[in-house]
Amino acid sequence: MNKIKGLLKNLFSNKKKSSTISFGLVIVAFIVMQILIRTGNVSSLIKSLLVPLCAYIVAALALNLTVGILGDLSLGQAGFMSVGGFTGVVVSAVLSNYIDSKLLILIIAIIVGTIVAALFGFLVGIPVLKLEGDYLAIVTLAFGQIIKSLIENLYIGIDSTGIKFSFVNDNTHLLADGKMIINGPSGVSGNLRLSSFEVGFVLILITLFIIYHLLESKSGRAILATRDNKIVALSVGIDTKKYKLMAFVISAALGGAAGVLYAMNYAAITPVKFDFNLSIMILVYVVLGGLGNLTGTIISTTILLLLPELLRGLSDYRMLIYAVILIAIMLITNNEKLKVILEKTKKSLTKKGAK
Amino acid sequence: MSEFLSYLINGLSLGSVYAIIALGYTMVYGIAKMLNFAHGDVIMVGAFIIYFCLSKFNLPIIVSLLAGILLCTILGVVVERLAYKPLRSASSLSVLITAIGVSYFLQNSAQILWGSAPKMFPANLIEGSLKVGELSIPYLTLITIAVCLIIVVALQWFINNTKIGSAMRACSEDKDAARLMGINVDTTISITFAIGSGLAAIASLLLCSAYPSVSPTLGSMPGIKAFTAAVFGGIGSIPGAFIGGLLLGIIEILSKAYISTQLSDAIVFSVLIIVLLIKPTGILGKKIKEKV
Repeated sequence: MNKIKGLLKNLFSNKKKSSTISFGLVIVAFIVMQILIRTGNVSSLIKSLLVPLCAYIVAALALNLTVGILGDLSLGQAGFMSVGGFTGVVVSAVLSNYIDSKLLILIIAIIVGTIVAALFGFLVGIPVLKLEGDYLAIVTLAFGQIIKSLIENLYIGIDSTGIKFSFVNDNTHLLADGKMIINGPSGVSGNLRLSSFEVGFVLILITLFIIYHLLESKSGRAILATRDNKIVALSVGIDTKKYKLMAFVISAALGGAAGVLYAMNYAAITPVKFDFNLSIMILVYVVLGGLGNLTGTIISTTILLLLPELLRGLSDYRMLIYAVILIAIMLITNNEKLKVILEKTKKSLTKKGAK
Repeated sequence: MSEFLSYLINGLSLGSVYAIIALGYTMVYGIAKMLNFAHGDVIMVGAFIIYFCLSKFNLPIIVSLLAGILLCTILGVVVERLAYKPLRSASSLSVLITAIGVSYFLQNSAQILWGSAPKMFPANLIEGSLKVGELSIPYLTLITIAVCLIIVVALQWFINNTKIGSAMRACSEDKDAARLMGINVDTTISITFAIGSGLAAIASLLLCSAYPSVSPTLGSMPGIKAFTAAVFGGIGSIPGAFIGGLLLGIIEILSKAYISTQLSDAIVFSVLIIVLLIKPTGILGKKIKEKV
């Protein structure tokens, strides 16, 4: 009982302010969206974007753990999404023969996808985290490309005798009752579309909970210390390698969960979907939202994902305008003069408040 | 044996193109300390310019190439002035995102202006081949390798023996100190971008002669590969970019020939990872000591 009281107290204390804002924002947005959907005020286009939006938010939050909180630039988030996504597809295709409940299949698919992505994160993380700075970034890029290339050469099918794998060339030799699950470069077709906005919403909440919980824990402080000053962290006895790996694996695992949610939203999906451009896109969400700022990540992902759709009236020019906006935001937020003015107004406002 | 040699020469040729592109990445990184993601798209713009000069205006190759170099150089300097210069003191991630924005901008502009359907680059610009015993080496391959060698030697000489070259080296060591010594840092960085973009135009001609298809996304994959090559050799180092580019090209062609076409990318990137694990700052990269 005391523990629950403590938790509640923590939740509303000043220290937990940022997490309360994040949770509040997501919950309010979800309720508003539900009301809009029920009253029929949402276009089918926006509706179709809700699940990808949830998936991108989860992937961006996960990436923020590596880039913002751990402080290492990762260019391979799409690789982990891909691993999670295609694992989820295979799991759901197999389970659909035994389980009827769609929700249960999806949950199991997400869990298995997360675990496999975490495993990949661990395997990738051991070599990657030996490097630093741009070299680390390029190796994550390389792993992303390798994962994409491997999945493009993967053939998995299922028939009455069981699951069959083959690599590079399709040697699965399925029986007549068999079905191809992953078909090399052409990817998945006839996938079960199990994802829903509700599941996406819960996944965002779980992701937020995991990351905020991590930040509040001893491990989280060790991760922050490693980011801020590795040498000092080492000198006070923090095993920086261990904590770096920990953050990286959690980030990969959550990326995998996002991948499952994303993949299970489409009937057909190809490995090319999870290419370098997707990694970059998610990185853009994270940087624009603010490194280490989870609420910012959620807001920036939502705005940037919906922006091209809102600009749809401009047809061909929308991606061009998107690019211009991206550059403009960077130039404005980094403008020295503007920064000085903002600081001044902030100061004068706080002074007035103090009086 | 002759089969192996011809693959090796093909690899050298592809590697030379990667090396020329990688030089652009590595010089900009060495001086401005930024990953210029839009570099691949400058190649694309160069390819389109040369394509139009050749097939629409029927200009000779040399004139087309010069037009490409000139326009790409201007593009590089304009992009640097407008998008990157205001961010000199910003965090490297902000600059990275801006570069991504520029890359999107160039790709989408190209798509609006010239359409997304690939255009056939006039093939057989340089025909014929040299016969050495059983081996037959296309002149294009030889020219590509020669051009790359000339560029690397010239650049190395330029950096080490001219006034602008020493200004570049000074800026890459310490910008503030360079400024105090009376070096105009902004001009020096602009010159670096100009050289890198001009080289991109040369690379685009060589690339499109070998793979004759021009589309708005043409630059992204060679861009990523060349960037990898620059890191492979040790980013910031000109001989490093050269060696990295050549090795990457050779590994790619040999793995396509002997192991698997589909898996060649995976093999190239695996080799990169292994090299970086053994030498964490690339083959010729400087080791930067961390100060407390």
